[in-house]
Amino acid sequence: MPTFEYAPAPESRDTARLKPSYGIFVDGKFVDGHGAAVKTINPASEEPLAEIAEASAEDVDIAVKAARRAYDRTWSRMPGAERAKYLFRIARAIQERGRELAVLESLDNGKPIKESRDVDIPLAAAHFFYYAGWADKLSYAGFGPDPQPIGVAGQVIPWNFPLLMAAWKIAPALATGNTVVLKPAETTPLTAITLADIIADCDLPPGVVNILPGGPSVGQAIVDHPGVDKIAFTGSTGVGKMIQKSVATSGKRVSLELGGKAANIIYDDAPIDQAVEGIVNGIFFNQGHVCCAGSRLLVQESVYDDVIAALHDRLATLRLGDPLDKNTDIGAINSAAQLARIQELAASGDAEGATRWSPECPLPNKGFWFPPTIFTGVSQANRIAREEIFGPVLSVLSFRTPQEAVDKANNTPYGLSAGVWTEKGSLILWTANRLRAGVVWANTFNRFDPASPFGGYKESGFGREGGRHGLESYLAY
Amino acid sequence: MSITLGSTTGDDLTQWADVTRDNASLRRFLHGLPGVDQVGAEARAAALGTRSIKTTAKAWAIDAAISMVDLTTLEGSDTSGKVRSMCVRAMYPDPTDAAVPPVAAVCVYPDLVATAVAALRGSSVQIASVATAFPSGRAALATKLVDVGEAVSAGATEIDMVIDRGAFLAGRYLDVYDEIVAVKAASGTAHLKVILETGELVTLDAVRRASWLSLLAGGDFIKTSTGKITPAATPPFALVMLQAVRDFAARTGQLRGVKLAGGVRTSKDAIRYLVMVNEIAGERWLTPDLFRFGASALLNDLLLQRHKLTTGAYDGADYIALD
Repeated sequence: MPTFEYAPAPESRDTARLKPSYGIFVDGKFVDGHGAAVKTINPASEEPLAEIAEASAEDVDIAVKAARRAYDRTWSRMPGAERAKYLFRIARAIQERGRELAVLESLDNGKPIKESRDVDIPLAAAHFFYYAGWADKLSYAGFGPDPQPIGVAGQVIPWNFPLLMAAWKIAPALATGNTVVLKPAETTPLTAITLADIIADCDLPPGVVNILPGGPSVGQAIVDHPGVDKIAFTGSTGVGKMIQKSVATSGKRVSLELGGKAANIIYDDAPIDQAVEGIVNGIFFNQGHVCCAGSRLLVQESVYDDVIAALHDRLATLRLGDPLDKNTDIGAINSAAQLARIQELAASGDAEGATRWSPECPLPNKGFWFPPTIFTGVSQANRIAREEIFGPVLSVLSFRTPQEAVDKANNTPYGLSAGVWTEKGSLILWTANRLRAGVVWANTFNRFDPASPFGGYKESGFGREGGRHGLESYLAY
Repeated sequence: MSITLGSTTGDDLTQWADVTRDNASLRRFLHGLPGVDQVGAEARAAALGTRSIKTTAKAWAIDAAISMVDLTTLEGSDTSGKVRSMCVRAMYPDPTDAAVPPVAAVCVYPDLVATAVAALRGSSVQIASVATAFPSGRAALATKLVDVGEAVSAGATEIDMVIDRGAFLAGRYLDVYDEIVAVKAASGTAHLKVILETGELVTLDAVRRASWLSLLAGGDFIKTSTGKITPAATPPFALVMLQAVRDFAARTGQLRGVKLAGGVRTSKDAIRYLVMVNEIAGERWLTPDLFRFGASALLNDLLLQRHKLTTGAYDGADYIALD
């Protein structure tokens, strides 16, 4: 009997309704930005998708002024119940255009359609639904009897979850009565601009949300603009530090969600099959382009061989390829620059004596690709155990006792997330209490819910997004 | 296609002798298996259900599924006429298309085995019979063995036994083990499928332990359910049982099968399970020797979908034989 070969099952590219060119969204209108015209490409094929007329510093100024007008005249004065109506409307519109957004996200970002379809887009809608519910209940959120909005929020988001990060930023800002100037990442502007289209369709008052695609100079202009009252940034720790310096003494409020090097701890009584799924989901979800990725696997030595063997078997079943194919598990690396960084760090793993392993995995000829990779024999001192790779590369370390696991897990400048796998509830609590990480998952990994706060310790940033806690960054009380 | 189940004698399981020495040892072994996290197992099963199987892959899967069906009738109202009619369908599921493979087996009560043997003479279709006081399994061991003996002597080539769930849930694992060993011996050359009745074991940990117990005792197949209890075959139960045969093969080198019975009614369900077999156990298990669907209604839907693929249009239900 022949083997079971899955025939290609691609989602139609036409669903994305790609336009040849896109502009910026300022004061309720789509206009061409005054910056450079830049092509955004499909990282799976290197083909250009569309041209973007990017924003300039001048556009930032126009947008901030529009946001200020909208804040003063309408949005901050509007009753919460009214703001909620707009947010509910946006949430529903995201759901209605979910398929279009999913295909667009996979085209522009390279992530598999099953992730954009089942995770990114539904969660983006869920964030708007969730914060819509808070808009008229802010007096009961635990921030005093009458918390007030801050003003104009400048928001800069990364390329790994383009629409979802936009939702994380915009939904709580709007629910609390702030207005927004948001810059999507340079390599992934398309879903954010489409979100602007949705926002326009929802008749949001002009200026409440402004979306300005562009490069680092646009981000810098937003951060430096005196009319911006609050900065929310998700991205690398390096840029986060620059933002901190820029806003020092400006009086602006800041929340930063930065890098990570999360430990995923497997105790010897863990449910091994599910732990292996958690490891795979932890580091290979979204090609490892996840700030909270479980990039350091800590395995108790008594089950080390079993876990590694099971992990090898599981990796052999991962399907790498066309992001639009519904059966693809691993998509493309987002950009040539990111691929180069992953390759450089992986090479350092080889050079420093760790053992590299990948399943047999032919890579497409065009586009940016990196196979799922495991490094064993990694020392705590290796670069691949210390630096954020932001790619599908797992560094495996071992430990003997729970205290050693915690010590190794905490021995990093980062502190965004961690995972604990054991069937013993008391050990979960013991471990979680000692881990210096903002999110600790127990017997799962990379699970997100709008009701659950998310954010880091140490160089992973400060401030919380999601949940009731996520309101605080946008409220004065 | 001739069907030969992976042969097991139990003799080469001597390495496990100390595990099954007494109830305490067996209990330590079964409780020492890694736990199953219910939430994670359900999520994994659901994720596999999102695979999209189209065109050539779907055509392959439908034919594979047809060849893995144990066409089943297990009603108090069964008669020779009903069984004969079913046997014709088993041999020629679609009389208009000779390319449609026969099903793997028919599955009947012991008193109807002789009828099936006569009706299936000369075909590759195997004759499975439920035995051991199916479906409850509540009878003395001697009675169960007589039940098995009669089915075998009437010509059954496969025996579907039920385990003693009462003993299992009470922790009398060795009693369950000994009973399977005895039934295996009474089955002679007939292949033994051990029904766990997952709907009564309820937890995935219990299903993992019962799977290992049955494999250690020499079951050629582990089977989810009698079909008389709800829930029967569900994706999480199937997942854990496929992991058990995979892990058993890794540790002993022996390939054992899995049969899902009850609740698999549509081609879509069947194809999802084939995906699960492919990605959990591995493609070696994608053969009727190692994977079966116990079903009655499933075959009709597989044939409808097969027509749809070849002709591009759905037939009405009346274009498929009722039974």
